[in-house]
Amino acid sequence: MIYLDNAATALKRPDCVKTAVAEALCSLGNAGRGAHEATLHASRNLYSTRKKLNQFFNGESPSQIAFTMNATESLNIAIKGILNPGDHVITTVSEHNSVLRPLYQMEEKGIEITILPCDPKGRIASQDFAKAIRKNTRAIICAHGSNLTGNLIDIKAVGQIAHSHNLLFIVDASQTAGIIPIDVQDLKIHVLCFTGHKSLLGPQGTGGIYVKQGINIRPLKTGGSGIQTYEKNHPPQMPTALEAGTQNGHGIAGLHAAITYLQDTGIHNIRQQELKLMRRFHQGIKDIPGIKLYGDYDTDNRCPIVTLNLADWDSSLVSDQLFTKYHIATRPGAHCAPLMHQALGTVEQGAVRFSFSHYNTEEEIDTAIQAMKQLAEESSIQP
Amino acid sequence: MRKKEQKLIITFHTTEEAMEMEEFCRQRQIEGRLIPVPRSISAGCGLAWCASPESRQMITNAIAQAGIKTQAIQECEV
Repeated sequence: MIYLDNAATALKRPDCVKTAVAEALCSLGNAGRGAHEATLHASRNLYSTRKKLNQFFNGESPSQIAFTMNATESLNIAIKGILNPGDHVITTVSEHNSVLRPLYQMEEKGIEITILPCDPKGRIASQDFAKAIRKNTRAIICAHGSNLTGNLIDIKAVGQIAHSHNLLFIVDASQTAGIIPIDVQDLKIHVLCFTGHKSLLGPQGTGGIYVKQGINIRPLKTGGSGIQTYEKNHPPQMPTALEAGTQNGHGIAGLHAAITYLQDTGIHNIRQQELKLMRRFHQGIKDIPGIKLYGDYDTDNRCPIVTLNLADWDSSLVSDQLFTKYHIATRPGAHCAPLMHQALGTVEQGAVRFSFSHYNTEEEIDTAIQAMKQLAEESSIQP
Repeated sequence: MRKKEQKLIITFHTTEEAMEMEEFCRQRQIEGRLIPVPRSISAGCGLAWCASPESRQMITNAIAQAGIKTQAIQECEV
């Protein structure tokens, strides 16, 4: 199989990740529960991974990073735990349902939402954030990279806008953590939500939330914490405040190994390879008659994603043909980003997303290009 | 059951603080180990750093200098 669905989840992972998970399965106890060697080993695993993530994102302290099962959980924690009735929030049409649905839930409880539009290429203008600020604006919430178009939002500029207006800046880094450097302090990010299983190359079921010191979040979950057993309330200290129940120690061991791999390999090197593959594919398919591209391909400041349609063909059919005839894995249909589909006019047709990993090869890209050419010919689209 | 001994016991607000203490002491080769918090100190649960009472001043100075967060430093029989 040629796997070009890396924006959904990584498939090929470094061997060290598999080894780490396997070893953890055989050795980890339950972190923070007692003081025997197996539980201490588990606690050390969480501690060292927090340190690594804090270094990776240049956070203020490892204790300000709580583990979650994915970015969706992190975003739910942030949105439902920070906002109050009467607060106004600025977000964009580029958002995934992991941002939109928690916001809609909070809208029912009295928050107000402004959703910024995009241009025909799906780009969000950073100055639009400033224009949308009201007296009761509390936060800006946006994805760093669109999972549909691959476009990036200029979070440096948006972070500065949030900072200068004393707003909270909450960033969904699902598509960018692991391929684009994120320095939460430099970017003035208050809350960073990330998943472990995409470009961070860790196992599914891992993720986290970084919370700047001084920001209190109502916990989404409460329960066992290993400390303060006889208190009725969940401990307020980070990271315990946002972690309840047994953590995914096995997965987190894999995430630790994955971050080590990224640091050793170099994010810059990984990104260059992915952009090179994306460019190769884009160049190869952009002039095929009937191809419609979504996103801004005039810049390399984007995620390694190419999203397209072939004439008016159902994106599900195109993706299914790619898999059944060529064994190429892509994502069709709606991509959990309803407002961006509306903006691009792809609600009915959906879109086929090709997303690349540095593990992909030029041969695989060329095969995918040929496959698209053949599908276009067979569809009698070429003159 | 072994006979109880007087020990220096350092408690923490979170497990993360306890892990930081362990890492710090290992790096500095400061003797001691993590144990379950004795019930005479807290009826809750969690981890405490256990060391000899003689090391109190040395450890107290070292962790204060390094900014290691603790909940309480005390001595008791464990």
